[in-house]
Amino acid sequence: MYSQGLIGADGKTDEDEAFLAAFQERIDAEQKIEPNDPMPEGYRKTLIRQISQHAHSEIIGMQPEGNWITRAPSLRRKAALLAKIQDEGGHGLYLYSAAETLGVSREEMTEQLLSGAAKYSSIFNYPALTWADIGAIGWLVDGAAIMNQIALCRCSYGPYARAMIRICKEESFHQRQGYEILITLCNGSDEQKEMAQDALNRFWWPSLMMFGPSEGESVHSQQSMLWKIKRFSNDDLRDKFINATVPQAEFLGLKVPDPELKWDEKKQGYDHGDIDWDEFWRVVKGDGPCNRERMRTRRKVEREGAWVREAALAYAEKRAAREAAARVAAE
Amino acid sequence: MTEAATPLWEVFIRARNGLSHKHAGSIHAADAELALQAARDVYTRRGEGQSVWVVRSSDIVASDPVDKDMMFEPAESKIYRHPTFYEIPEDVGNM
Repeated sequence: MYSQGLIGADGKTDEDEAFLAAFQERIDAEQKIEPNDPMPEGYRKTLIRQISQHAHSEIIGMQPEGNWITRAPSLRRKAALLAKIQDEGGHGLYLYSAAETLGVSREEMTEQLLSGAAKYSSIFNYPALTWADIGAIGWLVDGAAIMNQIALCRCSYGPYARAMIRICKEESFHQRQGYEILITLCNGSDEQKEMAQDALNRFWWPSLMMFGPSEGESVHSQQSMLWKIKRFSNDDLRDKFINATVPQAEFLGLKVPDPELKWDEKKQGYDHGDIDWDEFWRVVKGDGPCNRERMRTRRKVEREGAWVREAALAYAEKRAAREAAARVAAE
Repeated sequence: MTEAATPLWEVFIRARNGLSHKHAGSIHAADAELALQAARDVYTRRGEGQSVWVVRSSDIVASDPVDKDMMFEPAESKIYRHPTFYEIPEDVGNM
């Protein structure tokens, strides 16, 4: 999913052969690369792109769920949703700080998000129309994110891998709270069950798109695999996700909206129907159901929060000056 | 962006008394007090710690990876610094 950030990425690098070979040797020996270590420029750029896109996704991902805090059906659900959204914000912060170790500033990354130069995951451009969507987002969207993130815990770049370990520990609560919402709805009235089915119908395909298109002969993807920034192909992760999720849908008594979905005994996995990649590209390029709204909200929040940051800095300066004056007076 | 950049702090957490503080990540904050609060909010929501340190990232002095050999290699040849280097007859028992 976060390899969506690598679409169009340029991992070109012009270090000499000996340098690249020595670097590759370290990677092949499963050595982690740490911030000050020598690294190819292409490795550094690719990572900044992927980690910042991942961070932006966490931050934008707070929006579809944030809309439901005031409408959560019980205090228990509201507390859980608040904690979950707070986690998403925290995950964004862990990731931004991992990216900053590569020499890009927080301000620069924020600017790239606000100007539209940097992308976030396509999934967050879909609206959360009903309470069941909050369940589907936890179950499917966070479920797909976990598939990606578990793999990323073994990324060759130390700070990213460590951030992913923290995130994975927190993420499974998100998925479970989502699935529990759907269990409750599926055990409820016909209308409630229908609401759960409708949420699955709308989120199933966008969730599969989260893993990104099949990579085929993509040079960038091969380079990322070689550098162990990525450890599994988009299709492999997607298949893993489908195989894990279909039985969970069956348990709920819901129908996965793919008439071509069927179990393949030989490969011990599911075959699925064609994904609408035209829709995927439309959303990635900015024309999804909520792209404009998400960006508008994010820019507004940044603008309206500016005074808080300015006030904090001004107060810190004032306090430092006051303490310095007190020290002088005491001497 | 004309806005001033908010300083960066490194966050260290001691999980339990008796352990050392361990690097958890970093945080942006205007001053030490806000950094401590932000570190608590971001890094200790699930009982991760008993104590938090924040240090301005710019105050950390780090070794240069280029000097790695000069810094750390001398330790490798001094195996006599480890107890296992010395042979003690088994009859003597644990020592």
